[in-house]
Amino acid sequence: VPDPATTPQIKGKPRLLLMGQRRSGKSSISSVVFHKLPPSETLFLESTARIQKDSLNSFMDIQVWDFPGQIDIFDNPNFTFDMDAIFGEIGALIWVIDAQDDYLEAVARLNSTILHLQRGYPHINIEVFIHKVDGLSDDYKLDIQRDVTIRIQDELSDQGVENAPVNFHLTSIYNHSIFEAFSKVIQKLIPRLGQLEAMLTNLCRTCRFEKAYLFDVNTKIYIATDSTPEDMASYEICSDYVDVIIDFTEVYGSWPRSPQWRARLEQPPWNQSLEDQVACEWAESGLVLSDAQRPIMLREVDRFLALVAIMKEGSYDKMPQINMNVDVVVKGLTEFFDITKPKEGGRVQQQKILQPGKGR
Amino acid sequence: HLRKVKKQKVLLMGKSGSGKSSMRSIIFSNYLARDTRRLGATIDIDLSHVKFLGNLTLNLWDCGGQEAFMENYLSQQRAHVFSNVGVLIYVFDIESRDVERDLATYVNIISALVQYSREAKLFVLIHKMDLIQPLTREDVFDNRVAVIRRKTAEAISIVRKLQHHPSSPAAAGQGLPDLDIDMQMFATSIWDQSLYKAWASIIHDLVPNLGVIETQLASLGVAIDADEILLFERTSFLVVSKWTSKEGDRNPYGDRFERMSNILKSWKHTCSKFTGTPRNAEQFSDFEYKMGANFSMFVTKFTTNTYILVCMPPGEARFNSAKLNVAAARPWFKFLDGPVIAPAAQ
Ligand SMILES: Nc1nc2c(ncn2[C@@H]2O[C@H](COP(=O)(O)OP(=O)(O)OP(=O)(O)O)[C@@H](O)[C@H]2O)c(=O)[nH]1
Ligand SMILES: Nc1nc2c(ncn2[C@@H]2O[C@H](COP(=O)(O)OP(=O)(O)O)[C@@H](O)[C@H]2O)c(=O)[nH]1
Ligand SMILES: [Mg+2]
Repeated sequence: VPDPATTPQIKGKPRLLLMGQRRSGKSSISSVVFHKLPPSETLFLESTARIQKDSLNSFMDIQVWDFPGQIDIFDNPNFTFDMDAIFGEIGALIWVIDAQDDYLEAVARLNSTILHLQRGYPHINIEVFIHKVDGLSDDYKLDIQRDVTIRIQDELSDQGVENAPVNFHLTSIYNHSIFEAFSKVIQKLIPRLGQLEAMLTNLCRTCRFEKAYLFDVNTKIYIATDSTPEDMASYEICSDYVDVIIDFTEVYGSWPRSPQWRARLEQPPWNQSLEDQVACEWAESGLVLSDAQRPIMLREVDRFLALVAIMKEGSYDKMPQINMNVDVVVKGLTEFFDITKPKEGGRVQQQKILQPGKGR
Repeated sequence: HLRKVKKQKVLLMGKSGSGKSSMRSIIFSNYLARDTRRLGATIDIDLSHVKFLGNLTLNLWDCGGQEAFMENYLSQQRAHVFSNVGVLIYVFDIESRDVERDLATYVNIISALVQYSREAKLFVLIHKMDLIQPLTREDVFDNRVAVIRRKTAEAISIVRKLQHHPSSPAAAGQGLPDLDIDMQMFATSIWDQSLYKAWASIIHDLVPNLGVIETQLASLGVAIDADEILLFERTSFLVVSKWTSKEGDRNPYGDRFERMSNILKSWKHTCSKFTGTPRNAEQFSDFEYKMGANFSMFVTKFTTNTYILVCMPPGEARFNSAKLNVAAARPWFKFLDGPVIAPAAQ
């Protein structure tokens, strides 16, 4: 059992700041990732003049602040921003660059932002989203990434800054890349991530899983995976699996059945409450792919998290044993998050996430 | 009685760029919505034979919509195109700039249809609705529906006048049949489930032995204590038939059938990307979901040409017996797989 006293904790709520030029896609990103807006409907988003603050209903209390592109917080003639209030509790600064547009000005502003931050807040992770890369060829994407990286590194080293924590991600709201990028950003903010990964790695070994992910169900961000190499294809299928389950849940599980329905199901020959008729009180799901009969499984962990794993061929027969192992790991995960989560006035009743009114 | 494969001539018409080939490719050829950007304009008529279940073939006439082609259908090819039509699907692009002209063409097409295939069913799709602000979609659709109804009546009255004309042989007979037309309208977009709602209605009336399918789904539903059963065609994932219990009828999601089609079809794409097998190959055989003490469901490969979705009350024993019973019921539905002897009817 980990000792909570020795593990680093984030003070307060980690905050993600979204910055970049106007029309670079910041509002679209937060609407798609955090509010499940269909990407095609971002065309109707209006440009906002104020800072938009969102609190995430997620496994960690995360805040997302969306800054309008025209505001320059470091050099604003009308208003002096309280830098500590903005950057004091920050988790990461996400800088969005529109890859389909001329990005020189965006890069210049990013450079000056990094230099400002290096003075007062050098520990802040700077995550550059090279965005709207849908429709660009793979070669072209990499060219842009290389170009942006060089422009930033050159400028920083000219100014005598080395090893600034700057990372690059190629993203689009039209595919999984934006969720993947957010997963990477958020994972850096999780205390004791290594321990979480070790639990999943262990599970994969004992159950002969190919790959396992722990998902934040609301955002489709994965907060941990086992130690096998990154694999975009596995992430995509597991993330879509979560989506399908959320949809099934909404359509068939989000409205109350009638008392007569329940009464009939609990009378003879069953003679048991519905709760006693089920094997698992949490949501669970399994699927068999026709190709090589590879199963995929999903198991709800707590109100925010679900475990999704791709199994090896032919493991369907061993399901009872796998389920027992999964039970153990799920229990471990629950304890892990009970410790990590700051308790606010008494234990919050554990509640299921895959329940009423969770739209896509 | 031996049932032959039923063939249905289905015309797909509308202005060039309105989205006809896009829809067809998504529903029947497993295209993703974004793949349709690659489609070129259709030249003249693209004929395809879509096998739907074992005993229905759709002869799909995708008619290129450029003006020169349309004029040609109405003149030189008139009898060839408009005879023996089972269904006409007419597509309007909601963003079209020249609505008046679109409507004029529509009137001419409907006149030709009524003239040569009086029994044909008409489906009008108001398409690309995703381009309209979500809040105004309903109003925009309702307005367009009213206009199109008026234009349809106009087209029919043109034909009626022609038939009353003294030089027309038809005028000799008294009491001409009322030229009404069986017409349904849908708002559609390739970017959401609305496409599946429209196309499920289109194929619904064409499926042979529908009565038998419905009766047998109902017996199965009662036998396994289900709340809902959906039967999907395996390639398009269109809902062929469905059964809902009294309790299931309380489900507030009225759009759930097309939603399930859309979800499962895109899930199939996801699987195909992962496994690297072709999109039209079978991708999954069995999908189970148990939401604690709330409900259980499964989606399973059923007959050669269908998948079945069962939603039912929770409970381990109930679930296992339902799965066994569904497997045992497969032979009742064998007739879906080929032009064989229909089961002793209803
Ligand atoms: N936004 C939007 N675009 C669509 C929709 N349906 C189709 N499109 C696009 O419209 C364009 C034209 O589509 P097609 O299917 O080739 O049009 P068509 O009716 O077959 O045209 P012709 O063959 O010339 O008669 C394509 O770029 C599609 O991607 C839709 O629902 N919404
Ligand atoms: N092609 C493409 N367009 C995008 C993407 N993300 C956002 N957009 C579009 O970019 C435009 C501006 O987005 P918006 O979120 O308002 O930008 P903001 O000013 O940075 O908040 C909108 O029309 C979006 O639909 C993307 O990943 N790909
Ligand atoms: Mg076409």
